[in-house]
Amino acid sequence: MRVKFHQNLDELKERLLVMAGMAEQAIQRSVEAYRTRDLSICELVFHSETAINKLEREIDQMALDLLAMEQPMAIDLRFILSVIRINADLERVGDQAVNIALRVREMGALANVDLPVDIPRLASLSLAMVRKALQAFIEGNAEMADSVFEMDDQVDAMNDAAYRSLTTFIKERPDLTPQSLNALIIARNLERVGDHATNVAEDVIFWVRGADVRHNVTSN
Amino acid sequence: MGVGIQVESLNAWYGSTHTLQDINLHIPANHATALIGPSGCGKSTFVRCLNRMHETNPIARATGVVKMGDIDIYRDASPVEVRRRVGMVFQRPNPFPTMSIYDNVISGLKLNGFRNRRILDETVERSLKQAALWEEVKDDLKKKSGASLSGGQQQRMCIARALAVDPEVLLMDEPASALDPVSTSKIEDLIFQLKSQYTIVIVTHNMQQAARVAENTGFFLNGKLVEFDSTHRIFTNPHDKRTEDYITGRFG
Repeated sequence: MRVKFHQNLDELKERLLVMAGMAEQAIQRSVEAYRTRDLSICELVFHSETAINKLEREIDQMALDLLAMEQPMAIDLRFILSVIRINADLERVGDQAVNIALRVREMGALANVDLPVDIPRLASLSLAMVRKALQAFIEGNAEMADSVFEMDDQVDAMNDAAYRSLTTFIKERPDLTPQSLNALIIARNLERVGDHATNVAEDVIFWVRGADVRHNVTSN
Repeated sequence: MGVGIQVESLNAWYGSTHTLQDINLHIPANHATALIGPSGCGKSTFVRCLNRMHETNPIARATGVVKMGDIDIYRDASPVEVRRRVGMVFQRPNPFPTMSIYDNVISGLKLNGFRNRRILDETVERSLKQAALWEEVKDDLKKKSGASLSGGQQQRMCIARALAVDPEVLLMDEPASALDPVSTSKIEDLIFQLKSQYTIVIVTHNMQQAARVAENTGFFLNGKLVEFDSTHRIFTNPHDKRTEDYITGRFG
């Protein structure tokens, strides 16, 4: 039994879940900042990015050490490769939170108006995708990971709807173009969060089943 | 050239212990095939059945079919003939200590009655070149004893000795486990080159080594062949949970 090695794998998983919690919280905060226009929350998001980036490097180093020192095979090798990829996706989720906070900060200087887009609802669905993908990772549950893909279609549809309604709104109210463009970019950021959750789900499937389902292609 | 090996319903016993249980597999010609598994799983017994060495133990016996090409080695050939067609290299190099390097290499040929000096000279040079040892020993062939070489050189000399009788199959039972990393990589390079001319079966406890040198890998456990597949499949996504547990160290 390679007890120490498997303890290290458990530790790697725990660190990645800490990373996931930080990335998820950053998105929640950025959307809360949008909803309340509270710029102090934006500062928390900016601050958290530094910690997320630091943890990303730590996790990559742990994974690199395990690859170099333990020469993992089969499911362990696939697990470590998945962790490296999920780690990068979570860091990008953190970046999307920063992008949203930057837009909110810009909107803070503009008049607060009602826009024809439900950002909190889009955020709620994107975050539900992230949570489900991570739960699939925690449980090593490929079937649960499969269900994330259907949710991505909903998020894409909501983003498309946001694009249509906001571009129409810009034509009707050109004076509110700056606010509308910022909301459009935030919707796009949240749609990207959903894409990262999809990537995480694909990595869970690769880890558990050994199947590469990226880009709508399946190979074992 | 190497020949394919077809194994059907192979069973082997040591006394009353059933060490190999109904083994069926095809080892393709001119490929390297790795056999892995925990100690006592039957993989060494299996390779010893491929050159009829298993039966040299008085309490051992085997049943089943082992075909090399078209020849059933248990029905159509004598043990001596089988061992001429199937070379074997062991875990620890086993040079004949009192013999020169030259005599070590041609010892199998001499046993088979070859005396023609020109043919013997050519065989020594060819075999040592195939074993990537020629350049290191060509000036000392008859001056130095085989036992005076380093461990890695001795093992390559033993490979040259196995190749000298021009076999079709080369069996290697943990050929690099007693060697340092440099010597190990030379043996692995050698396996890679030799498989174009010979069918190679290698028993190894080193799974990275199996992954590096073999196209196919078989996993033995408790006398049974649990899984046989491409090495890529075995080490990235094996079908059988027992295989996965073994190669990821979750065993025992």
